[in-house]
Amino acid sequence: MTSLLEEWSKMEVEFNPFSLKGKTILVTGASSGIGKGIAVACSNMGATIILVGRNNERLQATFDLLGNGDHVICSCDLTNQEDVARMVDGLPSLHGVVHCAGIGQRVLCKQLTEKVLDQVMDVNFKAPVLLQTALLKKKKIESGASIVFIASMASWSPSMGNGAYSASKGAIISYANCLGLELASRGIRVNCISPAMVWTDLILKDGLTETQLREDESKYPLKRYGTPEDIANLAIYMLSDASIWMTGSNVKISGGAF
Amino acid sequence: MTLEEFVENFANQFEDTDASEIKAETAFHDLDEWSSMIVLAIIAMANIDYDVTLTGDDIKNAVTVKDLYDVVAGRME
Repeated sequence: MTSLLEEWSKMEVEFNPFSLKGKTILVTGASSGIGKGIAVACSNMGATIILVGRNNERLQATFDLLGNGDHVICSCDLTNQEDVARMVDGLPSLHGVVHCAGIGQRVLCKQLTEKVLDQVMDVNFKAPVLLQTALLKKKKIESGASIVFIASMASWSPSMGNGAYSASKGAIISYANCLGLELASRGIRVNCISPAMVWTDLILKDGLTETQLREDESKYPLKRYGTPEDIANLAIYMLSDASIWMTGSNVKISGGAF
Repeated sequence: MTLEEFVENFANQFEDTDASEIKAETAFHDLDEWSSMIVLAIIAMANIDYDVTLTGDDIKNAVTVKDLYDVVAGRME
């Protein structure tokens, strides 16, 4: 006879609305930071991951951390549309897409140049939008799929030197709202995650010293910056059927910071 | 990039400090207008004008404008 405890633990295994089993999920920016964290976490929830990034070697490093599954590495420069078209042609049908690839560059408003604006907007706005277009045109997005954009709290919360970056994230959020409306009839959901500061190379290479970042971190109500894993757990929710009634949302995840 | 050009560009990042106050040997951390915003301006200046990546620590460790010039010059190809 099985004990009640065993029954319960069996139920726990069966009741998992966050499972990503059977889902194929494409993650851009998978070679570092939040993208890497999301790729690893989603594989551990049972998904098959398509890792997209520029550097094959670094993608391989993420690949080595993934849980079991037939994961695939696609090295691709997402700002090069020929490269994108080639990659998209070879993709299987997708149940999830996470647009993580992004750059940060702190430049004061008085210093902004066309080159800086182009760099930031090309990577943070144009590349994810055009990748999404290519995926839809080639009918790679399954009905009922979930699309997630990693935006940023910077889109509404100003900080010095962040004009271009903040604007690029605001742009992607506005775009995502329209995309969600257009895809709703097929049950495809589109949501954004807007994190506060997360410990990644992006913020460490951003011009502030680690001492300054640590001082800022101590002011967070939960007393720390985020980790890629913190963000990955929210991405799992958005990619899973647990969030099946959620679309057009932009969720702040910030350790309490405003 | 000459030292003179760099000093001029560096001084140009300030709004209220007269350029004549900033020389190669100036200990820039002691300037009244020195702030975290100027740090960002200097880092962006190095990036945009000289294609050199400076970190906050590079600026922290430099004492004079020339110290910083040496770092930037050393990283230019």
